[in-house]
Amino acid sequence: MTDCSSHVPVLEVTDLVRHYRLPRESLFAKPGHVYALNGVTFQIQRGKSFGIVGESGCGKSTLARNVMALEETDSGSVKILGQEVVGLSFDQLRPLRQHFQMIFQDPYGSLDPHHTVGRIVAEPLAALGAISNAERDRRVAEVLESVGLKTRDVTKYPHEFSGGQRQRIAIARALITHPELIVADEPVSALDVSVQAQVLNLLKDLQVQYGVTYMFISHDLAVVEYLCDEVAVMYLGEIVEKGLTENLFTNPAHPYTRILLDAVPKPGSGKRRERIKLKGNVTGQTERRVGCSFQDRCPMVQDLCRSEKPPLKEVGPDHLAACHFSDKVSAAG
Amino acid sequence: MTLLNVKNLNVILETSEGIARAVRDLNFSLEKGETLGIVGESGCGKSMTALALMGLLPEMGKTTGQIELNGENLLEKSEAEMCKIRGNNLAMIFQEPMTSLNPVHTVGRQIMEPLRLHMGLTKEEARAEAVRLLDRVGIPNPRERIGNYPHQLSGGQRQRVMIAMALSCAPDILIADEPTTALDVTIQDQILELIQALVHEEGMGLILISHDLGVVSENTDSIMVMYGGAAVETGRTDNIFDELVHPYTQGLFAAMPKLGRAREARLVTIPGTVPDLVNLPAGCTFTDRCPLATEICRNTPPPIESIDARHAAA
Repeated sequence: MTDCSSHVPVLEVTDLVRHYRLPRESLFAKPGHVYALNGVTFQIQRGKSFGIVGESGCGKSTLARNVMALEETDSGSVKILGQEVVGLSFDQLRPLRQHFQMIFQDPYGSLDPHHTVGRIVAEPLAALGAISNAERDRRVAEVLESVGLKTRDVTKYPHEFSGGQRQRIAIARALITHPELIVADEPVSALDVSVQAQVLNLLKDLQVQYGVTYMFISHDLAVVEYLCDEVAVMYLGEIVEKGLTENLFTNPAHPYTRILLDAVPKPGSGKRRERIKLKGNVTGQTERRVGCSFQDRCPMVQDLCRSEKPPLKEVGPDHLAACHFSDKVSAAG
Repeated sequence: MTLLNVKNLNVILETSEGIARAVRDLNFSLEKGETLGIVGESGCGKSMTALALMGLLPEMGKTTGQIELNGENLLEKSEAEMCKIRGNNLAMIFQEPMTSLNPVHTVGRQIMEPLRLHMGLTKEEARAEAVRLLDRVGIPNPRERIGNYPHQLSGGQRQRVMIAMALSCAPDILIADEPTTALDVTIQDQILELIQALVHEEGMGLILISHDLGVVSENTDSIMVMYGGAAVETGRTDNIFDELVHPYTQGLFAAMPKLGRAREARLVTIPGTVPDLVNLPAGCTFTDRCPLATEICRNTPPPIESIDARHAAA
């Protein structure tokens, strides 16, 4: 879809909501819900990388599945290259899928062990309709080469490859349709540091080469800082802070972001540093609460936070945060 | 007396492809109240070392060398004697709290098991002790939680239960094999803090195994960097990070994305992957991936050089 004008965002998510219904605990009780996504809004411009960070259970992966139209969305809209995908049937989505592809976390579980690499990588081409075998082989060879694998690897099976190479195969599979958007859900968290660095560099190179846009999900802040232009921090199904990577990492305006950044261990920094610590886990996904979603764990919680929900408001150029006291948090840095 | 003294530890695994030398000529010692970190990529022999210490190697594995705990060589012990030592003297926290707890027993029962077995407590005593332990590792409402099954707990809580089990018989040495790898940074922080506090209170020795240089740097007194089954660099934590000597340690450090180091600089990668333990190269195992490799490296294994009193590199 190269005919799109450049100012249409590649991905536009507006007020996305997804609640999962829990089984009834008794015949007459009302069923509970898991409030996985509570109104998420963001845009990604062409050729940019957008990072999403947060602890497990904050809705990162639910967001990825909804953006990829892999499950039904409760309300809100997801526009890919200006085209609405929420509410479309699988048949209607099929031709569109070539524009958005996904890379999964586990390079062992996401490749079918019974298929050769050639077949795995060529699979998304089925969405393009009939193409000749020669054309298919040519594209497989081309894409394998661009991720640093050899053309003769097409006849091998996934078990013959290491974790890093498998993730390259997964990247090749995502790239073969020349997508505009690649959603990567924790693509490097299962890899060793040295291999992780190779894959991260590859993702960066491919972006330069093909101009693809990434939505990059990770719990590792350092990885996100390395790869992404923009970052959103999620907590309990909401974006609590969003901004350009430089601004957000040097001057966080939400207490949660600050704590996340402080919790990352730094090599060579000597013994434990002084910092704010976070108590408890991500809690309360099954209840609707009044006020700020972070109130239970926030070290600077006030009465206002318990009664009124802070809106996502501007705290600097292209920098949004949902905290009543964001100016105080910024000042503390 | 040194608490733990390991000399020339070798682990050999008989695989279908031949003999894999999973651990080669490892030497280290650990004092009471000290923390030793073992770092390296997957397949470098970290976990094999831990399992060898615990005497839990798979049947195809063979251990040679010496593991001296309180002056006694563990490798000469019978299986029955090892059963007494495991739990009482040596305890281990495993990597995956999801799979290392038994899903069909309550966590209370799992904590009580070593207490009744090793300490000979009655059911009531063991129960009271289990509640105390759960409270100690920071699980809220331990009296109710004791009746929960592992799936009713979060990942962080399960890891706390694992720690409670490991601590139940007050071991001399605690081995933590990637205790926080499956956890979020914030929870990782809490768990590491907890382990540190307990180690200080009890005066235990701790062996912390991790692939994360950051975790190891902040939580250990000394470090051993492993590659291809052997130690390539050992030393006091501060000394190691002051001056990284071995090219592998340097590579590992450079490959890590670091917070606040922005995006201009490209990550330096270590080309290739870890060596095949079945067909180890004749010389230095790191030759194929080393930016400094020369002909000597290919043919002769490098000797261990002392850089200063408490820092050595191969």
